Amino acid sequence: MTSQPLDREILLDIYRRAMRVNRTDEKFRSLLTAGKLAVMYYPVRGQEVASAAMMAALRPDDYLVTTYRGQHDQTAKGIPSDLFFAECAGRATGTCKGKGGPMHITHPKTGVMVTTGVVGSGLPIANGLALSSQNRGDGRVTVTCFGDGAANIGAFHEAMNMAQLWKLPVIFFCQNNRYGEHTAYADHTSSESIVSRAAGYGMRGVRVDGNDSEAMFAAAKEAVDRARAGEGPTLIEAMCYRMLGHFFGADFSYVPKEFKAEAKEQDPIPRLRKLMLERQFSETELDSIVMAIDAEIEAGVEFALNSPFPDASELRLDVFEEEIAL
Amino acid sequence: MSGKINVVQALNLALDEAMAEDEGVIALGEDVGAKQGGGVFKVTSGLSEKYGAHRIRSTPISEQAIIGAAIGAALTGMRPVAEIMLMNFVTVAMDQIVNHAAKLRFMSGGQTNVPLVIRTTTGVGSGFGGQHSDMLEAWFAHVPGLKIVTPSNAADAKGLLRAAIDCNDPVIFIENILCYGLESDAPPVGHRVPLGKAAITRPGGDVSIITYGRTVYDALEVANKLSDQGISVEVVDLRTIAPYDEETVLASVRKTGRAVVLHEAVKAY
Repeated sequence: MTSQPLDREILLDIYRRAMRVNRTDEKFRSLLTAGKLAVMYYPVRGQEVASAAMMAALRPDDYLVTTYRGQHDQTAKGIPSDLFFAECAGRATGTCKGKGGPMHITHPKTGVMVTTGVVGSGLPIANGLALSSQNRGDGRVTVTCFGDGAANIGAFHEAMNMAQLWKLPVIFFCQNNRYGEHTAYADHTSSESIVSRAAGYGMRGVRVDGNDSEAMFAAAKEAVDRARAGEGPTLIEAMCYRMLGHFFGADFSYVPKEFKAEAKEQDPIPRLRKLMLERQFSETELDSIVMAIDAEIEAGVEFALNSPFPDASELRLDVFEEEIAL
Repeated sequence: MSGKINVVQALNLALDEAMAEDEGVIALGEDVGAKQGGGVFKVTSGLSEKYGAHRIRSTPISEQAIIGAAIGAALTGMRPVAEIMLMNFVTVAMDQIVNHAAKLRFMSGGQTNVPLVIRTTTGVGSGFGGQHSDMLEAWFAHVPGLKIVTPSNAADAKGLLRAAIDCNDPVIFIENILCYGLESDAPPVGHRVPLGKAAITRPGGDVSIITYGRTVYDALEVANKLSDQGISVEVVDLRTIAPYDEETVLASVRKTGRAVVLHEAVKAY
């Protein structure tokens, strides 16, 4: 797909989102290393730009459904750092009062409706959010994010068929990071690409370099505009790399060094920085953006780690609308 | 409406009333639309003509997609009624029901709720064999976050379905194929049977039969036989299986001193 040079404001928006993701990822891993957090974390290093460009194409009130590897999607969609880290640390001040944790971040105020810990389960739910928008005519678009691994579970196929059948305003955003857990793409998928499957449902499909912010934004924008105009869903396959293990601390030795070298070469963060400089943003300007992001994240972590854990009575709340009796 | 209605008509009326009152109430499932005849048991008959195909959505045979779509719509405040044609087919959608519908309220810290009704039908005795007859209510009753309802008669079917649609939590609504034709006096428009309230279908003093759904009629038959022998049987129809009406059950057993639990699912193991 060819793309036009992006408007400077859009480029800046993508840069801010991508760097928030990147710095949040780094901070998260450093907190785990330091023992200040002891939770599951699925690193997103390498997938920052794909997500940032997608979210930059959305309205703030558009819906997002993502998965356990979702920090990039949630952060890029706009979840405040303090609420995010407090939730990941299981604190009462988190997005979900500490009851969701990193795998179930939910924040309807920024459109983050569901984060699922089950591979592929978000796709059918995204259809429902989109169905609601279709019936109500609220103009919202729903994006559901998943990896290449999720394209092999039944829910993917059921959801794709239904979405196209009903022309739902939904975007199936496959971030093909070339590994499903520890299994390489060629060892888990028979088709050459994920996007080729769109044709099987009569759906529009687009494959794009997820590390190319301009191409990625163009693909995202077109899909969003079409969905909003009632022209139905799109399957976007954004090619990217998972530069770290499946989860923090996981074995990564099964990944060939050629793959790691290729990923490093395509690293979207230096690539985006280079583009920004070419587009006449100054080093100082870009550095000051990152410094402001770091300050937000530091303050967020401070807030999180100084917040209380939820009270034990929370166990009886939110299972049902009414409190469970003792 | 006055006169008698059967269970299918009662369910249809409950849906009709709820859809007329609230744009957010939609129904989706296999064959539920007009072109497909209004469902295999005709429960949604006439509704798509009245409310449109965008509110009565006939779906592909894709149980995960049906329940998933219903969950997503419910998260935005709609009140979907998803039909899973037969209870055994819920197994295809268990991830959506157990991991998502039941848990999204808790895992979001109460930010999102899932006001979803899953209507399904089942029961022994229709010659459907092993994969179309199971009573799986006990599985669901072990899932925190789900409410389980099963009517035994037409009046309760209508009142319970209205209450289930009103409910802000996911409700598994279990119908029984052999009960569909049974008639009751039509309850008034808007009538609700509150969730969690059992009914004393037949009062008695010697033994309590705690039951629900079709086996209420087995209990009544037994009660009639035993009354000839001078034994007075109290029949308690739970109506809601989870959360069940502990107060009414305990009061009955306190009175009779004896309890028999009667259902058509598996025996305890």
